[in-house]
This record gives sequence, C-alpha cells and structure tokens, in this order.
Amino acid sequence: MNGNTTLTTRETTDEKQTGTPFAPQTDEDVAAMLEAIGVSDVDELFDIPDAVRFDESFDIDAGSEQTVVRELTETLERNDAPIEFLGRGHYAHHVPSLVDHISLRSEFITSYTQYQPEITQGFLQVLFEYQSLLVELTGLEIANCSMYDAATALGEAATLADRVRETTGDRILVPDYIRAERRDVLENYVAGADLVVEELPADDGVTTPEILEEAIDDDVVMTYLESPTTDGVLEEHLEEIGEIVSAHDGMFCLGTDPVALALLRSPADVGVDVVVGDASVLGMGPSYGMGLGLFACREAYLRQVPGRLVGASRDDDGNRAFTLTLQTREQHIRRERATSNICTNQAWVALRAAIHAASLGPSGLVSLAKRCHRLAEQTASRLEEIEGVSAPVRDRHHFREFRARVDDANAVATAIEANGFAIHVVDEETVQICVSDRNEHRIDELVDAFTEVVN
Amino acid sequence: MQRHTQAIWNDDDSEGYEPLLSERNLETVEVDDTDLPDHLTRDSLKLPELSEPELARHYTRLSQMNYGIDSGPYPLGSCTMKYNPKFTEDIASLPSAAVHPDRDEASVQGTLQIYHELQDYLARIGGMDAVTLQPPAGAAGEFAGILIAQAYHEDNGEGEQRSEVIVPTSAHGTNFASAALAGYDVVELPEDDDGRVDLEALSAAAGDSTAALMLTNPNTLGLFERNIEEIATIVHDAGGLMYYDGANLNALLGRARPGDMGFDIMHYNVHKTFATPHGGGGPGAGPVGVSEQLESFLPNPQVRERDGEYELFEPERSIGKVHGAMGNWLVLLKAHAYISRLGGDGLRDASAKAVLNANYLASQIDLKIPFEPFHHEFVASAGDRDAADFAKRMLDYGVHPPTTKWPENVPEALMTEPTEAESKTSLDQLAEAFGAVAADEPSALEDAPKATSAKRIDQTSAAREPQLSWHQLESR
Repeated sequence: MNGNTTLTTRETTDEKQTGTPFAPQTDEDVAAMLEAIGVSDVDELFDIPDAVRFDESFDIDAGSEQTVVRELTETLERNDAPIEFLGRGHYAHHVPSLVDHISLRSEFITSYTQYQPEITQGFLQVLFEYQSLLVELTGLEIANCSMYDAATALGEAATLADRVRETTGDRILVPDYIRAERRDVLENYVAGADLVVEELPADDGVTTPEILEEAIDDDVVMTYLESPTTDGVLEEHLEEIGEIVSAHDGMFCLGTDPVALALLRSPADVGVDVVVGDASVLGMGPSYGMGLGLFACREAYLRQVPGRLVGASRDDDGNRAFTLTLQTREQHIRRERATSNICTNQAWVALRAAIHAASLGPSGLVSLAKRCHRLAEQTASRLEEIEGVSAPVRDRHHFREFRARVDDANAVATAIEANGFAIHVVDEETVQICVSDRNEHRIDELVDAFTEVVN
Repeated sequence: MQRHTQAIWNDDDSEGYEPLLSERNLETVEVDDTDLPDHLTRDSLKLPELSEPELARHYTRLSQMNYGIDSGPYPLGSCTMKYNPKFTEDIASLPSAAVHPDRDEASVQGTLQIYHELQDYLARIGGMDAVTLQPPAGAAGEFAGILIAQAYHEDNGEGEQRSEVIVPTSAHGTNFASAALAGYDVVELPEDDDGRVDLEALSAAAGDSTAALMLTNPNTLGLFERNIEEIATIVHDAGGLMYYDGANLNALLGRARPGDMGFDIMHYNVHKTFATPHGGGGPGAGPVGVSEQLESFLPNPQVRERDGEYELFEPERSIGKVHGAMGNWLVLLKAHAYISRLGGDGLRDASAKAVLNANYLASQIDLKIPFEPFHHEFVASAGDRDAADFAKRMLDYGVHPPTTKWPENVPEALMTEPTEAESKTSLDQLAEAFGAVAADEPSALEDAPKATSAKRIDQTSAAREPQLSWHQLESR
C-alpha cells in the first residue's frame, strides 16, 4: 500500500471503500511524507521478517457509516424489549439528560488519563468531586476514582486486606447470598496470594453475630457482607459484626451502592473498613453489566490503596489545582510491587455518576433511596395478597427488590415474560423482583400479570 | 502556529479555578420519615444542591479546561490516541443496547450476536483460534491471559513447578503487576544493545520454571522483534507459553498477526487499536485471544452460535471469571462498529498511515532517536533537557506532549505515537512544537506551562499531604 491509497468515499452508499475514513492524509500528503522520510513505499517502513508476514485478508467487509449504523441497529433489534424488573446486584435508575449531554462533550470523552494535569483540570475536578461524593456517602476518608466493577473492587479489597494485615491468615469470609460471579472473580484475585474463600450462611437473608462468631478466627483476613444484599435485604447487625471482625484483627468490607447509602447509616459509623460496590447505579442505564467499581477505605490504608487518586494541590500561580497523586503505588512506577495491576479504569462512568448525583442533589438522592425502599415493600405486600404467591420470602427490610415464592417459578416467569416483563428466577419456587423509578409506572400491570398467571 | 487554547475560569474571589460544587452550595438533608429502624439509617446527608442550569455551566466550564483528541494532537506513546468516530456513540446509545446482564439468552440475541461476531473479528485480526471479550481493560486482559497460562500448566501437572513469568525491562508496568497478581515471580529480561530481546539472556532465563514470556511487538521502542520465531522456539522448548501484549497492535494490522508469530495468548486494547474513546481513563476493554490448545480455559461464559441462535456456555476447564458480568459491553459494541466501518482493508490502511505518520514526524524532528527502524511510535531523547519539563513546555505550544521518561533505555525519553488520525499539517505543527521547545531557554522549560488553564502543579506536596476530597480541603 503506498501513495495510491485513496481516501474512502464518505457517501452514504455501500460503495466499497479502500482505506480508513479516519486518516486525513491525501495522496499528495502521502507522497510528500514518503519523500521526506526517504522511502518510496509505506511497505518499506515495516521491518517484519517474511516468515511472519500476513499476506491474506481478514475477510471483514467495510461499510459506510449509514450501513454500519443500520446493520447494528437491526442486529440489536433482535433483543426483546421487556420492562425489566431485574436487579440482583445490577441496578439502574433514570439517568438525567444532562448526563449524556455533558459526558459526551468530546473534551471529556476523548481525553486520556490525566498524566498532564495542567490541561486536564476539568476531568480531574470532576473525579475529585466524585471521590468527595463517595467520602460523604461512606463516611470513609479515602475513595479512589474507580475500579472496573463491584466484583473486581471486591477482589482488590481482599488483596488490600492481605497486604495491610500484620498477622498472617488465609481465609476470606463471604456471605452465601453473594452473586456467583462476584465470588468467582474474588477467587481469581486472591488465588495468587493463596487465600481461600469460605461462605457464611445467612439467617433468613441476614448475617447474625452468632453466625459470624461461629466461623471467624484469627485466620480470617477479611469479612465481606452486602447491604442491600443480592436478595434485596438490608443487613441488620453490621455494628456488632464490625466489632467481632475487628476483635480478630480482620478487615470488614461492605458491598453496597451510592443510592442505598443515601438512606443507610454510613458504613464507617458501623465499623466498616472498606466499601465496594457498583456505583454505576448512578450515571448508566442497563449496560449488560458494564459497571463502575466503587472503592472507598479508611485513611490508614492510604499508601496501599489500589487505583488512581485525584488530589488537590497548588499551581505556580498559587491557585488550587488538581492532579493524580500517590502514583508511586501504581503499576507504571512500582511494577510487580504495585498495589494493583489496574491502569485503564472506568473514569468516564465515574464522571457520569458524579453528574447524576449532582443533578439529584442530596434531596433527590435521599428521596430516590426512600422510594427504592418503599416500592419494594409495597410491591411485595401487593403480591402477597395474590392467592398462590408469598412475598417477601424474607421477613426482613428490603431495598429495591425482594423474593416471592410461587409453585413453579419457571412457569410463572415465562408467563410473566409473555406479558412483556422480565423477572429473575432464583430457584424452582422462587422469583425475584426489582422495582425502581424506571419501572414504577408498570407495577400495576406486573401485579395484574402475576394475578392472572398464578391463578 | 495553530494552537489549542484552553479556557481559564478564574474568579478573583475563589480559591482556585472553577469552584467546587461544594463551594457553591452544600445542603444538609435530614433523613427521616422512613419506616426503617433508626440504627439502620443515617441522620442526614450533606451534598451540593444546585439547579440544572448551574450544573450545566459548571461542567461545561470544566470541559473547557480539558484536552481531548478533538482538541488537538495527542501523541502519547503506547496509548494510541486515535480519533473516536462519533457514530459509534450513537449505536451505544440505542435503547435496544440497554439490557440487564441477567436477561435470558433468548431475549438478548442481538447482543449475543454482536459478541459472537466481535469474537470472530478479533480472532481473525490476531490470528487466534478463540477470543473472550470479558476482561474490562488491557491489564485485566493480561491478568486473564496469565490465569489461562497458569490453568494450562496446572492441567499438565506443572502448576507448582512453573512459577515464573519473564518480562522484558522495557515492557508496560501492567505486565509485571498482572503476573504478580496471579502469584508469579517476575523475571526481568534485559534488552540487547539494539533495543530488542536479548536471545542469550532469554535462553538463560527460560527453563523448567517458566510459565510464560510476556512480550509487546513492536516493543515499546517501536521496534519489531525480528527474532520472534527464535524467541517463540526458546520459550516453547522450555515448556512456557508466549503472551502478546496488544498495546502496540495498531502497528501491525493486516501485516502480521501474533498468532502467526508463535504467540499462544494475546490481549487486544480496543480503546487503542479499535478507536473506542478512552474516556479520561476508561472504560476500555481487553479481550483475550488464545490458540486452540487453550480454548477450553477461557473465562466463563463464552458465546457460541447454533443454527443462527446464540447461546452462552462455560468452557470445559474455564478459569472462571475476571469481571462480574460480560465485560464492558458498550465499549465492545463501539469496537464492533469501528471494525465493521473500516473492514479488513481499512484496518490495514490504518496501520499503514499510523506507521507513515510516526516516521514522517520523526523525520521532521531534530532530536536523537537512538533506536530504528520504528513503526507506529518512536522514542526520541530530550538530550540534556529533562523530558518532563520538555513535555510541560510543549503544552505551551498548544499540543499534548508524548509519554515521558519511559522506556528507560532512552535517556530522557519522549515516546511519541501520533496515530493515523493526524493530518500532515497537524504533524508539522507537532514537529514545530518539538523544535520550538528544543530551541527554548532552559528556564522556559522549567517554568512551563504558562499558556494552560492551570500552571505547573506541585506534585510533591500533593503526595506529601494528600487532600483527596472536599472534606479534607476544608479540614486542612
């Protein structure tokens, strides 16, 4: 390929294009550039031994913008469009339009990590505001500017626990209600440190001090619980549990989310050392599990925190300015002794979450959280009135979601789906329903569908 | 010189540039009137409360103090900051793409089809037999790849014995960190005087305890590892696996494939090679390709097709999971759109133009470039200048500077990767900026930048007395 590569057509037809439309060099430019370099053909610039040269085609067709948009739109239309009453660790709320419009400003979305803070003050300040939001919600002093998702944040918390603990130990306790995917990720993160993961049974969906006392000893490096749990239940004994964990010199890690935290007692208040979770409940609609790993912890762990941190400093004019800081923890400097291997994170999702939170403000956040609690309890009560349905299964406090018992969960879910709703099947006799501002306007119909299906 | 000028929103009365939201209006909201027991709920929440117009202006001002690809050249070496086509955002915003991860397979056939097609595209591009899309970033891909190598050796009864991963000194820091996270001892491999893998050193390092060699090709100096076949033979003869770090794949599209070079495992950085926006730090995606013998170790689940229907399945000896769901779906969707737009010929052309651009830019710069022939990036030396100062001064000329001070085999390194997206005019502007800084007085470099929204920021005190939230700013 040389100077005769032509710029692609930018027409809206399917006419065959011959190069990338996103490289601006004209044929004349290419000729002048080759001359300046001192070669006659671009091929001469490739120092690839013949034996490993690839002379075939990928056999992937090019398409005009219009064609590709049409084809992918058509493919995506193969997805059904039920009203989702789905949760179990993956939640979404209405995302204000401001979030899209601001986050898609190309100064934000097309920027790289802020290695040159003097020209990336804008993003740094948003990330600083994001960290501050999480500090307020968790009560912990330090929040990083993101991990990938709740599962990887949990994995990072466990390796942090292992690093900071003075006495040796090799056990991690997790609740039996944890999503299998989260546990699987955790197992991979801790295998390198030879830690083993064990499950704590719950008592009707809640972890009691007695259950923990039974399982814990000085070998336990970290104890992890969730509130709300994967079943939508609020844990009730976090303070006592924190004391037990602390008495055994363990780290207490809590999985939660920023909307729930607007209502719940601050984790730091009940002895939690590290908070993880999925913060993309703010800022993102359903994204097939693309998340935003929330990670906040006590100041004592500052030098061991994984991930990027934005700090305030001063510039040469004496003005406050922001910068990535404590980078000597990170892989590009510390390499195999880094606190994590993470480099690219979920910064843009954090930006979206920060804008969403700011749009709601404290009053909006608290009222959304109250609604998530109220809707779950009310909807469960309405289903309970239906003959053949028992809800909620757990006699506990709920947030966003709850379990319901029916005779044949698969049959119920399938019939409900035929009415245009998606719900979880937990086991043969249990379904789970997640309600929020996104589907609130369809709850009446869901209840009607249940009534019809079960009878 | 054409230069990008940033906004400066500096209010004389304010502490810094644009005030923090917390400095505008913090409000405390009482949390009462719930039927939850008091010991479960907080008393109050104190956060900024501002109207939408005020917020729109706040964030717009902040965006004007931020530099993106659309602002100007962004030649960060190893980062492949190419143009991000806008239409991909429209596709990622389609309501039909907004699905919950627990949706029944039958009801997300479109999403699964796109996963399956992208798995296939990436396999062809890398010369691999199977691809997982689950890792949410390059480093996560490295971790997944090393776990696959580990599982393979365990399956062969050599898990304990093969405790080392070999990584060249000039490799990305993530290689070392990912291997360490998986529990490996990292054996550092020095380069030879030509800037490539030292075959003797590799022969000495490779042995019964070698699990894998992690290699970037072209390497971080932009050089193709000409001895790649011998390298692969040495590692394979020792019983190890070859891991390809895909950070520099933009140099080779359509001209060479890792699978044909003897690599068994590779990751792709879709936010580099396949033009998905980096988003100020992420999200990216780090799919991993493997050769046939490793296919059964891939993360759970994989997507397969049966008679036009798509389904999830768990590979027989799967390493399990490296992400809580299916990775960064919306990023993967944009990568699919980009690949579909360019096609095979377009991808090959992208590499050609990227390598052309790097070589042209280098030809226009009067700085020493010790290692040649480079491909999509080159590492120039700032000579007797401090590379970090050199970069700060480049900001004054309205461009984003290169990656600095790395790799270390070039003194005061300026690692420069213009990508295919820069026009000749824009490359000339970059060359002019290099030249102007090289000609500047030393004090101009030390005092730089002056033309940016913030001036040189004090890194030392930021790290010594960390202030990481508005709460800490208030209390200190």
